[in-house]
Amino acid sequence: MFTNEQLAQHIINQFGDAVSDFDDPYDLLTFSTTREQIVALITYLRDEPALQVNFLTDITAVHYPDSPGKEYCVVYHLHSFVNNFRLRIKVFLTADDMHIPTMVPLFAGANWMERETFDYFGILFDGHPDLRRILNMEEMDYHPMRKEYPLEDATREDKIDALFGR
Amino acid sequence: MDKSGDTGVILIRSEELLNWSREKSLWPLTFGLACCAIEMMGAMASNYDLERFGIFPRPSPRQADIMIVSGTVTYKMADRIRRLYEQMAEPRYVISMGSCSNCGGPYWQHGYHVVKGVDRIIPVDVYVPGCPPRPEALIDGFLKLQEKIRTEHPLLGTKEIVLSDDKPAESDDLRLRS
Repeated sequence: MFTNEQLAQHIINQFGDAVSDFDDPYDLLTFSTTREQIVALITYLRDEPALQVNFLTDITAVHYPDSPGKEYCVVYHLHSFVNNFRLRIKVFLTADDMHIPTMVPLFAGANWMERETFDYFGILFDGHPDLRRILNMEEMDYHPMRKEYPLEDATREDKIDALFGR
Repeated sequence: MDKSGDTGVILIRSEELLNWSREKSLWPLTFGLACCAIEMMGAMASNYDLERFGIFPRPSPRQADIMIVSGTVTYKMADRIRRLYEQMAEPRYVISMGSCSNCGGPYWQHGYHVVKGVDRIIPVDVYVPGCPPRPEALIDGFLKLQEKIRTEHPLLGTKEIVLSDDKPAESDDLRLRS
């Protein structure tokens, strides 16, 4: 069993400056890396006998329109069934260069997750065997989960706080 | 007919016989789209037991009489629903179950991915309101559909033909009978 501190120290010893921003919100070890290091990092986590991070839980993305130079964040959730711990790895991308290497050679299950992330955020996974939209229509010409669209009618008054006793 | 084993005679119009056989054995196509499908499954399971009404699900559209559109119809799903509908043999009926398939539901204004009513892609016979409708509401939708089938003219065509001694079709609801 690892504590988050031991795990973080293990990763820092191996990758040094390539990993940063360690945190553990709700006891989930979270850190950032670069897209140059992400494949090497996840390969290491998977193949290192002491860790055996053998399950890729999810790949998704977050849009931060108000953070210049870090507009998009690709998030990897990993799980070691053997050692019973989870990890969250973030990779920040700029809006004008949204390429990141694919995880399909490491985890076949990444295929649909990356298609979904492409579908909703427009992240381009280099090396993906079949990067098409998965949930929306092929003809769609935008990425709906980006924070570029009004959430709903701003003049709407049926959801104001007073109606809910707040 | 009683069950004594004695022979008997029933006089019935052939159209009434056809309508009776259709309305008493509505086989829906097995599929669900969203949370409404859970209520549909509840309606088919032991508590509500749709088989009492001769309704039990079929896995193939070739064998199905009725399509229950139970849930949110996304644009991606619309093609598939249309294709399944076209694969069903006539006569075929459609129940639109729940707000999403009636009109788009909570996605009717801002949904980028939802068809604003399944009646934009296939004809609908009965709309069941609710979000999701309770099994009782779905059963009521089936009873409404049975009433609709009872008034059809499968041999004479869709024209309204009124025979001189024609009485309006009687409801199964005994309280409504005169």
